[in-house]
Amino acid sequence: MSIYLLCLIIFSLGIYCVVRKRNVIKIIIGVIILEYAVNLFFVLVAYRVNGRAPIFSAEQEVLNMVDPLPHALVLTAIVIGLATTALLVGIAMRLYEKYRTFDITKIRELKG
Amino acid sequence: MMPAENIIPLFVAVALAGAFIVALAGGKVRWAPDALGNLFTLALTVLSVVSVLAVRQYGVLVYSVGAWKPPVGIAMVLDGLTSFMLVTVNLMAFIITVFSVNYMEKYTSKWKFYCLFLLMVAGMNGVIISGDMFNLFVFLEIASVASYALVAFGTERQELEAAFKYAVMGTVGSLFTLLGIVFLYSYTSTLNMADMAQVLIQKGGKDITLMVSVLFIMGFGLKAALVPFHAWLPDAHPSAPAPISAMLSGVLIKSLGIYALCRVFYNVIGIDQAVSSVLLFLGALSMVVGVFLAIGQWDFKRLLAYHSISQIGYVVLGIGLGTPLGILGGLFHLFNHSVFKSLLFLNSGAVEYSTGTRDLKEMGGLASKMPLTGTTSLIASMSIAGIPPFNGFWSKLIIIIAAVQAGRYGYAFWAVVASVLTLASFMKVMKYAFLDRLKEKWNAVKEVPVFMKLSMSALALICILGGVLLVGALNDAFLERATDVLLEGTKYAAIVFKGIG
Amino acid sequence: MSREREKGMSLIVKTITRLTVGLIFLYGVYIVTHGHLSPGGGFAGGVIIALSFVHLMLAYGKEKAFEKLSRAAASLFEDAGAILFLSIALLGFTGGYFFLNFISKGQPFKLFSAGIILPCNIAISLKVGAGIFAIVVALVLLEFELEEEKKEEKKGKR
Repeated sequence: MSIYLLCLIIFSLGIYCVVRKRNVIKIIIGVIILEYAVNLFFVLVAYRVNGRAPIFSAEQEVLNMVDPLPHALVLTAIVIGLATTALLVGIAMRLYEKYRTFDITKIRELKG
Repeated sequence: MMPAENIIPLFVAVALAGAFIVALAGGKVRWAPDALGNLFTLALTVLSVVSVLAVRQYGVLVYSVGAWKPPVGIAMVLDGLTSFMLVTVNLMAFIITVFSVNYMEKYTSKWKFYCLFLLMVAGMNGVIISGDMFNLFVFLEIASVASYALVAFGTERQELEAAFKYAVMGTVGSLFTLLGIVFLYSYTSTLNMADMAQVLIQKGGKDITLMVSVLFIMGFGLKAALVPFHAWLPDAHPSAPAPISAMLSGVLIKSLGIYALCRVFYNVIGIDQAVSSVLLFLGALSMVVGVFLAIGQWDFKRLLAYHSISQIGYVVLGIGLGTPLGILGGLFHLFNHSVFKSLLFLNSGAVEYSTGTRDLKEMGGLASKMPLTGTTSLIASMSIAGIPPFNGFWSKLIIIIAAVQAGRYGYAFWAVVASVLTLASFMKVMKYAFLDRLKEKWNAVKEVPVFMKLSMSALALICILGGVLLVGALNDAFLERATDVLLEGTKYAAIVFKGIG
Repeated sequence: MSREREKGMSLIVKTITRLTVGLIFLYGVYIVTHGHLSPGGGFAGGVIIALSFVHLMLAYGKEKAFEKLSRAAASLFEDAGAILFLSIALLGFTGGYFFLNFISKGQPFKLFSAGIILPCNIAISLKVGAGIFAIVVALVLLEFELEEEKKEEKKGKR
């Protein structure tokens, strides 16, 4: 139970970073922390007591494994997170080129 | 396995193949991106019409990918709601690619535009046909990331700022959705939607359903731009190039937001009183807040973006009522809104193409120089304001009648008020942009090129004939089947399992 | 006498890179091809293959890396990987289903078992490898453009 609470703490840290920080790069790091927390929670859901890694091999007979489905899904989610991060960093660099600052409170042309 | 089921994976496969073939051939040959892009979206439109006929003949079609039967394998489901959404998405995509043949001349590297556009269409099609929860999430992310890149396409200052805000908010929303899916998986140990519905009925579990409902309303509500999750929309939709604004506002927020919300809440979790009231309240709030914020706008596209929020509020109000008439009105308004909102954004794109400005105060009297744009804009404005006999009138009437029948007089009153205010703000748009006297600086303005004219006329025609969809055989094949799927609720699971066998 | 600034890092780094880059590439290929037998697969192997080219770029400068894998070639590999993956999926239609495993599954734990998983892993590694190399090149080279602008500004002020 305490492990899931730890995931919640990391998730709230990510939300705090996205909401309160002013530097564009720190906001991107906040998004990365959020994705990390959700992936970690997904893998922890798969744990079974006294389970082993879900890999077959030629010589061994393995009886109890952890649930292998979330492992495959988390792999997909990590790739999606990588694509989103790459796009965000590219946009941030172009943003610096046009606005000459990384401060999000100064990048405010669209209002109303 | 009947051969009719084979068309289901083609929706995603053809779109993806189109994206990569355009990327391969794009840089080299000059006319290739336009021709190939339009060819692929035309093929997808034809396929979606075929799917409507297939559902009418065969009922629900279930496709097991790779011959692995659910609940072990991934399933793709084609039923009434699916074919309804597929026709909406692909028809709009085709008309918008025809428009962008001329409009995207101003931007460099057209092949990148078509590649990202087809990826976005592939993602939306995937969300609609998916019968599996995690598959829904993956295609949702594909469509979202493609749309973030498309909003930033011109790399001007405003576009980049809007794209950054949209990307961060969209990612956080998707993460809430993923959290909801993780909780559901940990409780039911399955990812297939039909199986999940059955396990939830057997096991009960009110607490986890409540928490998951909240997470899904936050996640999908952000994609659908319900108030209070709407803050990205007024920045993102005006800054994007006009065909992308039309695509985002007309199709993306419906396919990723409203459709996913309906599917998960009606067919998997099962709708109950609490969720219904929350949806009603959020819908009414969006309706009113959207239209109040829209009246004071002077930027043409920003005004249209706020009206999008308002009209999505109508759709959610209709769907949240839960009665057959309410759901029929909500879904019909979803289709109508795609048509007239895309037409309005394409009009604003045509005005921007000819005059170079989006500010209403600078325009004036353009109807004399651009007659087709003026006429189609008039038709679209009358549709969105709900004037008979255009299609917007019928859907709004059905929603208001359904609200009155269900005893929710307050919501019906606010719906009427929002409709009147919509009419007022569009009268302002028509007066400032098209009627009135022509200013001298616009004397050299010409009408837009031929492809843009074609696409706008096609959409205007659908606006005029929209009421026909409520009559007779078209109603049976198209709208009634979609409403029936939502009304069955969790019996969807039994139907899907029968369809596999 | 003037010595122009040498590109890349110091001599020690360049020597070690010359020895290890080939091994890193080979390790990536091993992870891709044994994806159905041990952990790894297309994505992880593709990232390692991309990192070997990025390693070359870091140690020697961008011209040397572009000699080995130019930007046009990276774009071509990306498209080829995606189209290969899609055609394998569509070929499943010959057996009757999209994405069907139509190649014969041999004995377990041999290299050529498990049907279409091996060609799919290879296609994914092509796409991911070229894609990540292109991402790193795009992000790094944009920075060079900003620095050029600053140098021009300084020259213009003097």
